[in-house]
Amino acid sequence: MTISYQVENTNITNELLIQMYSTMLKIRMFEEKIIEVYPVQDMQCPVHLCIGEEAIAAGVCLNLKKEDYIFSTHRNHGHCVAKGSDMKLMMAEFYGKKTGYSKGKGGSMHMVDPENGILGTSAIVGGAIPLAVGTALASAMKKDGRVSAAFFGDGAAEEGTFHESLNFASLKKLPVVFVCENNFYATNSYISARQPHNDIAKKAESYLIPSVQIDGNDVVAVYEEARKAVERARAGKGPSFIECRTYRWKGHVGPDCDYEKGCRPKEELDVWMDRCPVKTFEDFILKNKSISEKELQQLKANIAKELDNAVSYGRTSPLPDDKELFEDVYA
Amino acid sequence: MPWTKVYLDKEDFEKASKLADQGLRGFTYRDAIKEALTQMLEKDESVFVMGEGIDDPGGTFGTTTNLHKKFGAERVFDIPIAENGMTGVAIGAALAGMKPVFVHMRVDFLPMCMDQIINHAAKWHYMFGGKVNVPLVIRSIIGRGWGSAAQHSQSLQALFAHIPGLKVVMPSTPYDAKGLLIASIEDGNPIIFIEHRWLYEQIGHVPEKIYTVPIGKGIVRKEGKDVTIAATSFMVYEAMKAAAVLEKDGINVEVVDLRTLKPLDEDIICESVKKTGRLIVADTGWKTCGIGAEVVATVAEKALKYHRRC
Ligand SMILES: Cc1ncc(C[n+]2csc(CCOP(=O)(O)OP(=O)(O)O)c2C)c(N)n1
Ligand SMILES: [Mg+2]
Repeated sequence: MTISYQVENTNITNELLIQMYSTMLKIRMFEEKIIEVYPVQDMQCPVHLCIGEEAIAAGVCLNLKKEDYIFSTHRNHGHCVAKGSDMKLMMAEFYGKKTGYSKGKGGSMHMVDPENGILGTSAIVGGAIPLAVGTALASAMKKDGRVSAAFFGDGAAEEGTFHESLNFASLKKLPVVFVCENNFYATNSYISARQPHNDIAKKAESYLIPSVQIDGNDVVAVYEEARKAVERARAGKGPSFIECRTYRWKGHVGPDCDYEKGCRPKEELDVWMDRCPVKTFEDFILKNKSISEKELQQLKANIAKELDNAVSYGRTSPLPDDKELFEDVYA
Repeated sequence: MPWTKVYLDKEDFEKASKLADQGLRGFTYRDAIKEALTQMLEKDESVFVMGEGIDDPGGTFGTTTNLHKKFGAERVFDIPIAENGMTGVAIGAALAGMKPVFVHMRVDFLPMCMDQIINHAAKWHYMFGGKVNVPLVIRSIIGRGWGSAAQHSQSLQALFAHIPGLKVVMPSTPYDAKGLLIASIEDGNPIIFIEHRWLYEQIGHVPEKIYTVPIGKGIVRKEGKDVTIAATSFMVYEAMKAAAVLEKDGINVEVVDLRTLKPLDEDIICESVKKTGRLIVADTGWKTCGIGAEVVATVAEKALKYHRRC
């Protein structure tokens, strides 16, 4: 079951294909860099890697403007990279340094980058979905034309905030796009242990929100659905819901796999690794001659260099002063 | 009694166990909790255990590992990530005569269930003239890991202690963990049972039989005459270490382990202060409106005349 990208009859240009690829690649290499440096134990925060799920962040965020809002979760690295956050400042945050996005107080679960429309990410499951509805409400009031996107997992669909948010967004026709990354697991619990069926888009339908269920590993499919959803939101036609089916390769938290510990079957992981969103797309654009092998290698080399710089910036930046512990409690 | 003693580390414990009477079993805090659950599941059919991921290989820091295999998925089960609703479900089951134990990986997820805990569980007995009651134990865990940040490292015990109708229990030793958990399951009221993740490896003597430690009773861990340290949970160990250091400077510290925050054992605190005339409170939570403030206020109210100026 491979991925067949449908670019015919779309307005997707060569340039856009390369952007999709480079965004996914950046996310993948960012996460792999963490795996590489993590054993040193100087990145002292939990990391929730999104390897295997890169197409969703890339496909959605490429439809968003810099000033559009996104909200995300504990598994936010991909979303922030795709939205344009600086990997250097992200790494600095992960290393707990004062130069980081949250001055070293957030760590990898708590990114903030207001310039790029990121007003915070929450590690409380379902915690940020209503916040995205709130920024959408503000945009509707201010008529600023911005769109908000909420990224969350399948587990979040069990929380009250999910249902309360969908209900209100639909009621008020707010400019928000709900993006559910259904990777079938919440920590080590399979979805069938938590929900009576796994068609999360169906729940959204009952709130009269236009909803689709798509292959979240197909960046073109994600891009196209997100494009329609963002257009709908900008046109004042209300929220949309995109359920992206995908799979995370690593354990819930940390750089290791988890099937060895009996958390899930290896065969399941193998099937999804064969459908790697980055590699499959790389093959596609090479075959399509959208990019040459040489350009591709150059792209990888550039990202690798940027990441090396990001890590050394993170490592060498100063830690916050002790007195900063009590700063920023109040505005 | 050997099980009332606090062992600072494994070495300390091993030394002690050589001296101790034969037949005293050394057990970790983690296993003590698991044994309490196991024995109560065996003993009482109305007991069941639920929580996010409690049946996964990690088993809530090892306190629930494989219980679902032993007792079946009807009595030990994973739940949706729906804390508030699931608290209500547990309250309903409790009203109908079951004794649920709802396990949370962190206390930071309890704010999701505040409505059900405060407006429902805590009120149900009183508001209906005592005709119904809620035998519910909510186990949750405090203490930070690596860079856990502000949403995963809180100590929210004082929030719960503020609410009439709730009891708040914080065991520090393996012996108390087992005895207080059993007492909590049998208590008949909603109990917030708070464990500190740095305590799971602590070893102490834990009897094999079913026993209870009374809720609402503190204990003196070390007698002293110069100053009282009233400590909670992990801070009991810190207090014991501090006492050892101060001993060298000729300061004789009395360490009181509060064990239960609500109802607070006011007598044991006041008795101690009567003797020492000085008080330090060591809690893991925030100072403002916290447990420290409560203990100090209690002493100001009931034992101020014993206060000694330094
Ligand atoms: C309210 C709340 N309950 C429980 C947790 C513990 N927890 C952290 S992530 C997670 C699973 C989330 O699953 P999902 O929403 O599918 O996101 P994924 O990790 O798969 O991306 C859980 C249960 C939490 N952070 N917040
Ligand atoms: Mg998931």
